[in-house]
Amino acid sequence: MKALSENLKSVGGSADMAGRRGWIGLGTVAGLIALWFVLSGTGLVSSARFPSPAEFWVSLTQIATRGYAGGQLWQHALQSLRLVAMGFLVAIATGIPLGLWMGWSRRAEAVINPVFLIIRPIPPLAWIPLAILWLGLGDAAKIMVIWFAAFVPSVINAFSGVRAIDRPMIEAARMLGTPPLRMVVEVIAPAAMPMIFTGLRLSLQAAWTTLVAAELVGALAGIGFVLNMAQQDIYPGMILVGMVTVGVLGWATTRALGAAERRALAWNVAARD
Amino acid sequence: MGPPLPLRERLVLGGLGLGGFIALWTLLSTTGIVPRSFLPTPFDVMSRFAVLLSTPFAGATLPQHLASSFQRYGSGVLLAAAIGVPLGLMMGWFRVLDDIVTPIFDGLRFIAPIAWVPFAALWFGTGIGGPVLIIFAGAFPPCLINAYRGARFVEPRLIEAARMLGTGNTRMIVEILLPAATPSIVAGLRVSAGLGWQSLVGAELIVAAAGIGFMMVQAQANVATPTVMAGMVAIGLVGMLIDILLRQFEAWLRRRRGLEV
Repeated sequence: MKALSENLKSVGGSADMAGRRGWIGLGTVAGLIALWFVLSGTGLVSSARFPSPAEFWVSLTQIATRGYAGGQLWQHALQSLRLVAMGFLVAIATGIPLGLWMGWSRRAEAVINPVFLIIRPIPPLAWIPLAILWLGLGDAAKIMVIWFAAFVPSVINAFSGVRAIDRPMIEAARMLGTPPLRMVVEVIAPAAMPMIFTGLRLSLQAAWTTLVAAELVGALAGIGFVLNMAQQDIYPGMILVGMVTVGVLGWATTRALGAAERRALAWNVAARD
Repeated sequence: MGPPLPLRERLVLGGLGLGGFIALWTLLSTTGIVPRSFLPTPFDVMSRFAVLLSTPFAGATLPQHLASSFQRYGSGVLLAAAIGVPLGLMMGWFRVLDDIVTPIFDGLRFIAPIAWVPFAALWFGTGIGGPVLIIFAGAFPPCLINAYRGARFVEPRLIEAARMLGTGNTRMIVEILLPAATPSIVAGLRVSAGLGWQSLVGAELIVAAAGIGFMMVQAQANVATPTVMAGMVAIGLVGMLIDILLRQFEAWLRRRRGLEV
């Protein structure tokens, strides 16, 4: 019985299987692209609903060279990227210290947690109208909602990270007379770091979702604005360009965060795989 | 990080925190540091909430807006569960399907659900269909991932025993994988429900002619801040209610199966 189950496992994990997986994956993607050409070429999918590959290419070159919705693709992408980065950084700078503090001090937790509990159920996207009322259609309103979206996962994971630290480690540091500041910088923050990075991944995802929504509701530039204009112009090719750009930016920033995590957690074996 | 505080101290400190928050908010708006039209007092928001329960704004009362939101929300989440759970289970069983779907799924994963708005509006309009697609896009991934993981981590002994008895593919999925993966699936549904609710709000802010998000956009256009904030309260309350109900369901299910809660 045991032999059989081990046999099954080894079949699933062998290098041959990994290679096979890669080939099937490649085949799937190639098949989908072929299907796209066939469906739009034969007119089975009308180009008023979904662009043909040629239309996609025309839209892409249009926005990349001549520009669309008031700017070229790189300008829109840069605008969105800048806002996400700023909101995300503000959220990290405020959320992680707050989470660490709430994790460290039971009193701080008792005071702050109830306020947190009543604000948290409101999804970040629901802050968009209020942010526009307060700060208008410019960058400030977007940074505010991104901050809100990315703040919550940062706080929660920093908090849980501290609470999950082995008590003997803290007691040992204490016994050696570690002063409070060194305690936070050299013991607590590093020990909570793997959990904090888990929170950052969630924060980053939330930041992109919120930014795209905020730019769709009202903006003057950015990828969400491109999507919005393309929707109003009923321009399927440009809609697809906008969606692909959102996906690429989300992928690239996730990769960048992953690289930062591997650097920061080089000491942590669990994070290396 | 001392020992847990006694309940009484926790309650007092918690009361202080909440009281301080509400006092600060009220002070900011009554003293005029922030104009009251931009930051109404908590009392203004609550009374506006009460008024909206019976007086229509943007064509319907708050309960009516919520009802039309809920119709879209329910359809989107149910559709996500109806497609995501069976597909996830089948991917857990048929390796070929796994190899085919995973690259597509990985490619689409990085596109924020809200980015589907333009195509949703183009394909299905702004009534029910468009928002449903966006809610679906938000709620689908956790349904699929959790069903898949649940099916992959079924005890091999169960599968081997079933195989030895000559169980076919369909029975294997329905009678072995599904029951074994249920706790994981329900946990996924809870995440889906939350993400779906969030996507609904986003969808209605952008494309809709009714619903709670639509009400808030209209209020924003009219600089009716108390109505915007009353809408946020309603969204928070309903989201919390959905989560509590699903948590109860999850706990009940785990108890029934003799798992620790």
